[in-house]
Amino acid sequence: MTSNPNREIVFDNVSKFYGEVLGVNRVNLNIPPGVTSLVGPNGSGKTTLMNLVTGLIRPTEGKLSVCGITPDDPEAFFSMVGYCSQFDSFPKGITGFGLVNTALRLHGMDDAKAYQLAMEAIERVNLVEAAHRKVAAYSKGMRQRIRLAQAIAHHPTVLILDEPLNGLDPMARAETMALFESIGKEGLHVIISSHILHEVNRISDQVILLSSGYVVAEGAIHSVRSDVTEHPMQIMVRCSNPSIVASRIFALDHAVEAKLHNDGKGLLVRTRDVDNFYLLLNQIVRSGDVELEAVAPADDDVNSVYQYLIGTDGDSI
Amino acid sequence: MSASPTTEFVGTTPAVDWQRRIRQLINIVKIELSRNFLTRRGLGMYFLAFAPVVIIGIHALESRGGRRCSIEQDTQILAGIVQLFYLRLGIFFGCLGTFTWLIRGEIVQKSLHYYFLAPLRRELLIVGKYVAGVITASLLFGLGVVLSFMFMYGHFGARGERFVFEGPGLSQLVSYLLITTLACMGYGALFLAFSLVFKNPIIPGAFIFGWEMISGVLPSFLQKLSITFYLKNLFPVEVPPQGLMALFTVVAEPVVPAVAVTGLLLLVIFVLTVAAYTARFMEISYSKE
Repeated sequence: MTSNPNREIVFDNVSKFYGEVLGVNRVNLNIPPGVTSLVGPNGSGKTTLMNLVTGLIRPTEGKLSVCGITPDDPEAFFSMVGYCSQFDSFPKGITGFGLVNTALRLHGMDDAKAYQLAMEAIERVNLVEAAHRKVAAYSKGMRQRIRLAQAIAHHPTVLILDEPLNGLDPMARAETMALFESIGKEGLHVIISSHILHEVNRISDQVILLSSGYVVAEGAIHSVRSDVTEHPMQIMVRCSNPSIVASRIFALDHAVEAKLHNDGKGLLVRTRDVDNFYLLLNQIVRSGDVELEAVAPADDDVNSVYQYLIGTDGDSI
Repeated sequence: MSASPTTEFVGTTPAVDWQRRIRQLINIVKIELSRNFLTRRGLGMYFLAFAPVVIIGIHALESRGGRRCSIEQDTQILAGIVQLFYLRLGIFFGCLGTFTWLIRGEIVQKSLHYYFLAPLRRELLIVGKYVAGVITASLLFGLGVVLSFMFMYGHFGARGERFVFEGPGLSQLVSYLLITTLACMGYGALFLAFSLVFKNPIIPGAFIFGWEMISGVLPSFLQKLSITFYLKNLFPVEVPPQGLMALFTVVAEPVVPAVAVTGLLLLVIFVLTVAAYTARFMEISYSKE
């Protein structure tokens, strides 16, 4: 993809130190539109990176911009950016509607327009019935949703979401993910940091892995996975006669392991050269010895990449 | 990338939209006014603004018709109340409570980021919060002064009416209201700046209280760094310093009122500029607070 800073989120050698404590170090990123997952263990620098993008904190070194605009120009910047932060705090005594409506009035909207957009956003996060109740009486999931409503109410083209699935029940989580997915499909930027890797994996176009303040890997999930050469790719093959496939692939140097499935209708292959494996599989199928039902990468996802590069199981972080 | 873009990001800054900025400013002021007047935040200021009204009201009931006092005596008492209570205590502490809370309160409640994430210049936020604070403090203390004035002269009946409308009464009231507004503006700017710079603005606030107390005995150039220096010259009635009261009574070099008002406004502009500059580079880090 051709780099275009007017459409990308650009980190140019960005570092952030809190006194002597490292937040993030020498981050260079060009994030194109689409859904991007920011993953890493606690303290890896995810929130620091998000707060840097939104100007809540300033880089110690380096420069950053979102679609060519920096947080130093807040009028243009925050007309375009919506940020659902992790701060679970609200102005005292405010209602859900009041929170969203106040944010919109700060955009300079008149009361009628602010009301219309506030109710629209509240409806999108399914909080209409509780809209006029005080946020202090909301459950954690409701607070999360009202923050999300506040972030999307002005129809931002860049949506930054820090742990947006925290506290949501499975139903709300699924609805929220569908919302992010639809926003991402519109060609907008959605940056999500989340611990729930299998869910963000489903909608992410690319991933940024952070560990101890450094970017460990970034890019499309498939390409990041391909770069992890020390862990052979796992491919699940569903077919008739999987033993024939197993015997043929061991003729190749790159095959590491082939594990037959208990039902006798599939096998899990581990290979260091996935392209050659697919070529071989084509040949096997063409020979007519095997009837192929499905082929799918088994570890070409955020969780596996996380596990390989950071060393723990992503879902347990 | 799988998503095909439907929105073209042009990445340019639109021309400055002053109409939008004015709407934003009005909205900030409206939001802050409702918080100042309609929440517990304003209770302290209500008390400080209206406590003298109650006391003067009792005095008016007791001395109905001027039985136990004269207009001259009550004029001195009112001047003392405005200078010693309202200026030195009421407005000072009322503004300390209100203006330091404008930013520091948001930090304590961890809600400042909602403002910082709005498409709003932080300078405008500071001005909006300041204007709302000045309106709140001026209205409450101004109303307190007006009610005190009405009770003080109302009980004299026709004599009081003549003093107010045919004598110096009305112009004195206007001067008190001007002093009240300027005091709210001056202390407000100072305390708003403190709330941006200090984690605990009460400590510098206490320092300012002490500074204002002793400013009368300081060298001339240092006196100019106090709010009361400028306001003293606007008082229509002099309160003679006597006994312990002398400590609280403003003793300042005489300055022409126009110069005093201009000087105070310049001080306000300077402090607000520093506050706005500080806000522009402020970071949200609630965990440090």
